[in-house]
Amino acid sequence: MIDQLSWKVGGQQGEGIESTGEIFSTALNRLGYYLYGYRHFSSRIKGGHTNNKIRVSTKPINAVSDDLDILVAFDQETIDVNYHELRSGGVVIADAKFNPSIPEDGKATLYEVPFTETAKELGTPLMKNMVAVGASSAILGIPADYYQEVVEEIFSKKGQSVVDKNMQALQTGAEQFREQAGDNVDAFLLEEADGKKRMFMIGNDAIGLGAVTAGSRFMAAYPITPASEIMEYLIKTFPDFGGTVIQTEDEIAAANMAIGSNYAGVRALTASAGPGLSLMTEAIGLSGMTETPLVIVDTQRGGPSTGLPTKQEQSDMMAMLYGTHGEIPKIVIAPSTVQEAFYDTITAFNMAEEYQCPVILMSDLALSLGKQTVEPLNFDNVQIRRGKLDQAPDLPVQAPEEYFNRYEYEAEGDGISTRLLPGTENGIYHVTGVEHDETGKPSEKPENRQQQMDKRLKKTQTVPYRFDEPVYRDEPYEKADLLVVGINSTRGTIQEAVSRLREEGHAIHHAHIRLLHPFPVEELEQALERTEKVVVVENNATAQLANIIRLNTGVNAENILKYDGNPFLPGEIYRECKELL
Amino acid sequence: MATVKDFRNKVKPNWCPGCGDFSIQAAIQRAAANVGLEPHDLALITGIGCSGRISGYINAYGFHGVHGRVLPLAQGVKMANRDLTVIASGGDGDGFAIGMGHTIHSIRRNINMTYIIMDNQIYGLTKGQTSPRSEAGFKTKSTPDGSIEASLNAMETALTAGATFVAQSFSSDLKELTSLIEQGINHDGFSIINVFSPCVTFNKVNTYDWFKENLTKLETVEDYDYTDRKKAMQTLMEHNGLVTGLIYQDDSKPSYQDQIPGYKSTPLSESELKLEKETFERLANEFM
Ligand SMILES: Cc1ncc(C[n+]2csc(CCOP(=O)(O)OP(=O)(O)O)c2C)c(N)n1
Ligand code: SF4
Ligand SMILES: [Mg+2]
Repeated sequence: MIDQLSWKVGGQQGEGIESTGEIFSTALNRLGYYLYGYRHFSSRIKGGHTNNKIRVSTKPINAVSDDLDILVAFDQETIDVNYHELRSGGVVIADAKFNPSIPEDGKATLYEVPFTETAKELGTPLMKNMVAVGASSAILGIPADYYQEVVEEIFSKKGQSVVDKNMQALQTGAEQFREQAGDNVDAFLLEEADGKKRMFMIGNDAIGLGAVTAGSRFMAAYPITPASEIMEYLIKTFPDFGGTVIQTEDEIAAANMAIGSNYAGVRALTASAGPGLSLMTEAIGLSGMTETPLVIVDTQRGGPSTGLPTKQEQSDMMAMLYGTHGEIPKIVIAPSTVQEAFYDTITAFNMAEEYQCPVILMSDLALSLGKQTVEPLNFDNVQIRRGKLDQAPDLPVQAPEEYFNRYEYEAEGDGISTRLLPGTENGIYHVTGVEHDETGKPSEKPENRQQQMDKRLKKTQTVPYRFDEPVYRDEPYEKADLLVVGINSTRGTIQEAVSRLREEGHAIHHAHIRLLHPFPVEELEQALERTEKVVVVENNATAQLANIIRLNTGVNAENILKYDGNPFLPGEIYRECKELL
Repeated sequence: MATVKDFRNKVKPNWCPGCGDFSIQAAIQRAAANVGLEPHDLALITGIGCSGRISGYINAYGFHGVHGRVLPLAQGVKMANRDLTVIASGGDGDGFAIGMGHTIHSIRRNINMTYIIMDNQIYGLTKGQTSPRSEAGFKTKSTPDGSIEASLNAMETALTAGATFVAQSFSSDLKELTSLIEQGINHDGFSIINVFSPCVTFNKVNTYDWFKENLTKLETVEDYDYTDRKKAMQTLMEHNGLVTGLIYQDDSKPSYQDQIPGYKSTPLSESELKLEKETFERLANEFM
């Protein structure tokens, strides 16, 4: 019996690869296994190789694995492209239809199961994915009837006979595999899991759920990979709470609409990827200048320009920090797990209102689309904090020329002023992206200009102290030989590489940047003091994170960079770190 | 009840003396009082240009955004608080050049708000360049030999995009303009009102006198019927767009907000933000 394994299904995009992975993993999740799934897809809708790699374990896991135990292939290309990942002793289960062949290196065993043929005989070739799921489950020793619940949920709308047919396909797949393999294959029998119910979700789901939980009720967005799931989730969820999503004509409209909505008192967000972020830059400045809360999610993908739209990268960091003209207060938060994506989304909404400035929730494709098992989310700790928003102010009767001091300047204050919502009686003030006085009316007076600039820019100084865990730090040694620093989705991968190095006796620390801006200088400096060497792991070509660290701490780090479109594998980080030791 | 005085904030506009924008300011103030608004019920959202400064010259909640993005900003405000009366306004460059995409899509979307274009057929603030509304042949700093681009037929474009309320006026005709703004506010949907507003400093062609000579009031057009879209289009074509009055109105179409599934009938901004624990658990369970 084993406690973990890696399984991958591949084929042409549009032939049910996704649903094969979905059904397989959902059932395993219900049994209490921990899962981590990563989809490799191309930007074509139909055609093009796609695969879904799922790691299954009885213990928590946060990364894809280096190698593969089981490959399920719907075409020869899947074998050709992925065979090298199989570990020695691995298994290929392929559709007999295409006369599959594997290299004669003796590394793996091939089982041919007639996925398509069986499905056709049972009624429709569409069910070939169920045959494949059945075969896959047989090898793990998971009885086919454990799928009943999942299959019913998916197909019950289409009637009982469709449910039955699909279950039959699943069972037949399992039998066919067993007939072929006999008793030979027991190397992949999975230990039983704890049977506990846990959430199984992608980062984008967690961001969507976080937004609703934070009290957001409006989103304006334009579709883009890999952000669209946030919008799709909220489109189906907001109506229950009186809210809605507008699919705008572009991201410029989306960001400005979200600003308008926040100004009028609704926690609104927009979400996009690099190209959309580029279009939003002027609006980000407007939010900063007018001190209007705004939450933007940037799910990074391969850039520049249209780049690699369906691939992993972390190359928008500089754009997030500096991508608007002039100087504004801004907060950039970088969750590194699905759980954190949920909590950080709530923090983003709270901080946008508390600091009255734009907040960018930074994600990356692997975090946004990677599907993970999530430990229960703690609702009792959820707080809604709206800062200096006053919704029921007691104001003196206002003469038409007396505007409310929305941008009150206090030399000794924290720079944050009382915010009233339009519609408030006796609270009229003006808002403009032009430099303005305390009432919001345009003013070019030099003294006022400096005061308002100082007021705005000092607001976010306290963020690194108020942010819960601005740097995740795993530092078990007095002094480390190497500190590995990462951001966003590389958390689990680094963790795995680090634990292998530790097992070999190396003193390795791991820090993950959770608040990118304002940069938690002191927090990271503490970690830097306790290591001989630092290496920054990031998915880009120009070492953006390492540069930000140098800018803030003066420390020059070593770099591990990857920008071929794929997420890091634990082994890659392990090997490169080893070279530095 | 508020009177027109309550909408005056005593800020001295920095418009050139004689600028058409002064009358638009007055018309909005009158219309707001006439429809029974209190200053705090009105959100005046504006673009960038000489025109956009108007948000600071009327006693109401004003938000002066960025160039060309007044409509998304204003729609966001209305979506958040449907009890506010939202008026968006900006220049012809703001709405028909840089913001043209938003203009078309706001019309299609039909959120209940009013959009007033202060159309001087030129870029005022940047000191006299051509605008999409400038006539072909128009000489400006950016078109010293005369514009070789066709002028945009703004009202025809609005009709084509599916507008439910289209009107045009002239800033000198305070009475007509005020009445059209009132009708626009009362219309349940997106109202677009284009107002000829002479730029006395940079546009020496489309002057007050020029408009007086060239504009036709729709009320003088025989059998004009503002519910007849075909007739509206035909009349605009016949007069090269130089008409004033209510061009078209369709009362039958529900506004965007009235069609959103589940959308609150009270302001979204008054929602309770914190979820009930059971509600959260229900949402979380969807992922199990
Ligand atoms: C993104 C951007 N580009 C250019 C400008 C410069 N700019 C300010 S107003 C304006 C055009 C003004 O023309 P219009 O919208 O017709 O307004 P008017 O001044 O005529 O009322 C331009 C080009 C700007 N503010 N922002
Ligand atoms: S430049 Fe033209 S549009 Fe601008 S204020 Fe002067 S007259 Fe009015
Ligand atoms: Mg103009």
